[in-house]
Amino acid sequence: MQFAFLLLSPLMGALLLGFLAAPRPAARLNVAVAAVTLAASLWLAVDVLAEGPHTAMGDLFFLDSFNVFLVVLTAFVGLTTAIFSGPYMHNELTHGRIDSQRLRLYHAMYQLFCFGMLLGFTTNNIGILWVSLELSTMATVMLVSLYRTTASIAAAWKYFILCGMGIALALFGTVLIFYASLHVLGHGNEALTWTLLKQHADKLDPAVLSIAFCFLMVGYGTKVGLAPMHTWLPDAHGEGPTPVSAVLSGLLLNLALYALVRCKLLVDAATGTHLAGNIMIGFGLLSLVVAAFSLHRQRDVKRMFSFSSIEHMGLMTFAFGIGTHLASFAALLHMTVHSLVKSGIFFTVGHAAQAMGTQKMAEIRGLIRHHPAIGWGLIVGTAAIAGFPPFGVFVSEFLLFTAALESYPWTVGVLLLGLLIAMAALFRFVQQMVFGEAPETARPVAANMLPVYVHLALTLLLGLAIPAFLADWYGTAARLIAGGGGA
Amino acid sequence: MMPALGHLALQLLQAVLLVMIAPVAAGFVRKLKARLQNRQGAPVLQPWRDLLKLFGKEVVLAEHASWLFRTAPYVVFTATVMAATVVPALWLATPLSLTADVIALVALLALARFFMALAGMDIGTAFGGMGASREMTFSALAEPAMLVSVLVLSLHAHSTNLTAMIDYTLHVQLALHPSLAFALAAMLMIALAENGRIPIDNPATHLELTMLHEAMILEYSGRHLALMEWAAQIKLVLFATLIVDLFLPWGIATAFDATSLAVAFGVWLAKLAVLFVLLSLVETGMAKMRIFEVPEYLNAAFMLAFLGLMTYYMLEVGV
Amino acid sequence: MSAALLHQLVNGLAALMLLVSFSLLAQHRMLAVLQWFAAQGVLLAATAALVAYGTGDSNLYISAVLALALKGLLLPWLLWRIVRELHVHREVEPLMNMALTMLIAIGLTLFAYYVIEPIERAAELLTRDSMAIALACVLLGMLMMITRRKAVTQVVGFLAIENALFFAAIGATNGMPMVVELGIAFDVLVAALIFGLFFFQIRSTFDTLEVEALHKPLVEEEEER
Repeated sequence: MQFAFLLLSPLMGALLLGFLAAPRPAARLNVAVAAVTLAASLWLAVDVLAEGPHTAMGDLFFLDSFNVFLVVLTAFVGLTTAIFSGPYMHNELTHGRIDSQRLRLYHAMYQLFCFGMLLGFTTNNIGILWVSLELSTMATVMLVSLYRTTASIAAAWKYFILCGMGIALALFGTVLIFYASLHVLGHGNEALTWTLLKQHADKLDPAVLSIAFCFLMVGYGTKVGLAPMHTWLPDAHGEGPTPVSAVLSGLLLNLALYALVRCKLLVDAATGTHLAGNIMIGFGLLSLVVAAFSLHRQRDVKRMFSFSSIEHMGLMTFAFGIGTHLASFAALLHMTVHSLVKSGIFFTVGHAAQAMGTQKMAEIRGLIRHHPAIGWGLIVGTAAIAGFPPFGVFVSEFLLFTAALESYPWTVGVLLLGLLIAMAALFRFVQQMVFGEAPETARPVAANMLPVYVHLALTLLLGLAIPAFLADWYGTAARLIAGGGGA
Repeated sequence: MMPALGHLALQLLQAVLLVMIAPVAAGFVRKLKARLQNRQGAPVLQPWRDLLKLFGKEVVLAEHASWLFRTAPYVVFTATVMAATVVPALWLATPLSLTADVIALVALLALARFFMALAGMDIGTAFGGMGASREMTFSALAEPAMLVSVLVLSLHAHSTNLTAMIDYTLHVQLALHPSLAFALAAMLMIALAENGRIPIDNPATHLELTMLHEAMILEYSGRHLALMEWAAQIKLVLFATLIVDLFLPWGIATAFDATSLAVAFGVWLAKLAVLFVLLSLVETGMAKMRIFEVPEYLNAAFMLAFLGLMTYYMLEVGV
Repeated sequence: MSAALLHQLVNGLAALMLLVSFSLLAQHRMLAVLQWFAAQGVLLAATAALVAYGTGDSNLYISAVLALALKGLLLPWLLWRIVRELHVHREVEPLMNMALTMLIAIGLTLFAYYVIEPIERAAELLTRDSMAIALACVLLGMLMMITRRKAVTQVVGFLAIENALFFAAIGATNGMPMVVELGIAFDVLVAALIFGLFFFQIRSTFDTLEVEALHKPLVEEEEER
């Protein structure tokens, strides 16, 4: 029942919004649909917390504490982004960057994207997981090219081609897993059902699964935005509408990482070695370092924060790669706070860019004087993402360091260096944008800062004290992930 | 002793047959092409008559011709005839079968080509040099392709010996072998190129600027020309026999008795005839390609041979 | 049909698949590219029908019909219409040096064999199957996407990769579960539609379908900043 609400509400929403041309009602409907989705996800979460992991609708769907927490996170960020995008897209409409036809497309694709995300998180079939990831990719491609400028079309094309190649490799990896499980689980749906695969993992051929993981790593890694396959990410973030950048960074990357971790659990159980984890550690560290150095070379504010997303996805990949209980706990917490903070930052940046009429950091000045809420939002958000103490990011990074010291002490130096370099870049650019005199050309905007406050407040809360039920929840999920690990 | 002598005699007879049939085969192809083009055409025996006449004519040598130019026809002819001797046409277990190695065969043909190119350059005319340089360029592409396609067969038979390879094909259980199909296609393409047949070169004319083979022997006359022409005709039959041997050897005599040899002879002639009919159809139906398209053609042949090799490893090892 | 014969026939089709992938890579003209692409689709349909007949799995007949309709007919026809409407069909495509492309293709094929070989050894099967060839075709499709300059040929490369993956699913594993297969087919169709939309947008904003023109605004913006 909850399930029907969870998956059908965005799907029906997409259909309805596809026919609703009036801007204001459409924005309200968008928010309403997202709210229904969030309610359904909370309902599901309560169920799972009470009953433990279970499958639904036969073996088609599967819920454990790992994915139900991501479902709630997705629905929540989905709702706040919908709230934010109402006034934001209205501003774009009045500035003439889009027309009402495009706005209709935007709303329909937004809900289709949410549907793809939720389907991906809840499905129990790794084939369907692939399909839903591809579905949300295509929805976001349409969203990235929404402005129809040369740069946005070029960015969307690059995004589509690169992710198309990556996702093809991931499908090949999936076919290889199917090939291995064929001999164990027979020919039907069962052979791709994650729970059954996990049960019989020790019977799967380790050689096949190791090779399959290499393909899945490169394939899903492209979508996660890991270096060196990350080049689509800054373009797609920089050229699309800001709400899309927010959900790309905050949600889509999570789904890709989730898919990767699910596959890693299988591979670990089958091979009994730490091969998959080591590969993930390598990719994670590389992405962290590459992103940290690239941050300094950015001139566009949205591109800069998208590199920061690459950096943090690298951190999470690294943490899941270590695979111990503590590391998984840290990774899950980091996933949560990163989604919250990063989408909050993109909301702020979007309004800032609207106020200044440009995304170029050199031309954004004096935000605090011009629009104090935006200026303070940006500086607090940056402090949060850079890992300053009272915020949740600090806690998750601290846990991550502890976990790294336990298992891979030599990596701590690299981590520390990467984080410091990235922090330097963030503050170097942000303080220029926030302080000083606002340029003459700045125009007032109707900013809706509520979602930003909510996100930042939640992050602060997670940094000060993680509520007991949430800590339990993370603990269960982390045990689930670490239990399957070879370490 | 007697059977051994008989075997040796048969081997010689086989080679002599191949060499004697070669001009007739060339005449046969010409006649077929003429009929396909609605012409009457010269009689089938015309090439023989041409050869005999040329042998009677005096040799005209260019002023700058060195000893190389004079010896080349003999080397070319001898190498080709030697190659013809080792290829089993009628009987499988010839006494010289141990020497019948495909790599040696390719090397003998390469030797002949090498001397032909040297002779073409030796005379110092523009045509000879051009023909030689083109011939060598293309052979650099064609030879690897031929070797790889032969290699596919050798891998199947675990031998590069012709007799062993034929024996393998004769006794293997019938099955689909994609690798062999690729190798055959590559071999057919190479055979067209190596013999200077139509999509690559036009054997019937001296007039085209793009000619290869004819350009090299343009300065020859008398018995030298006869030897060169004869060698080219032998090479055509040789390639046809090789293809027939490697891919469709059924009918070749495995026992040394009159009936099976007679059957083998008939079957061999029939198979050659079929191949030559196909050849004349191809030559009539296609236009000669431009010279800079030839490397692409040869590359395609190489790719086909390589695909044969890959499919052998990817699909057939262990079957 | 005996299992051995079925296996041989599928292997024969796999060899043809490899041949088609190489030919696709070697074409100069747009029409030829699309023809080979259609041939690939028909080959897929034939494989699916053959496996369906051989294993008695009637679900695969649906796959076969889908492959024939979608990949053998509809997509090539759509692409051809787009190509004609945008007037790029006559243009001979500028390529990376063909010999070099082919050498890389050979290298990729060897790589695919090298990667898959341990699997087949570990599987302890008496027979080999077409997994290595499917991987080679995937890699060749990627090579096509990288070496071609036209947006349309990049898309053909993308769809060729999808074809190769479909072949992997059919040829090596006798078909993925129906739900997954339908999902994938749906995705491919949507992807193709989006591509089609993009062509017109690219054409109207850039006035060309050369991919290099697409990189320009991104690079320029970078430099400008």
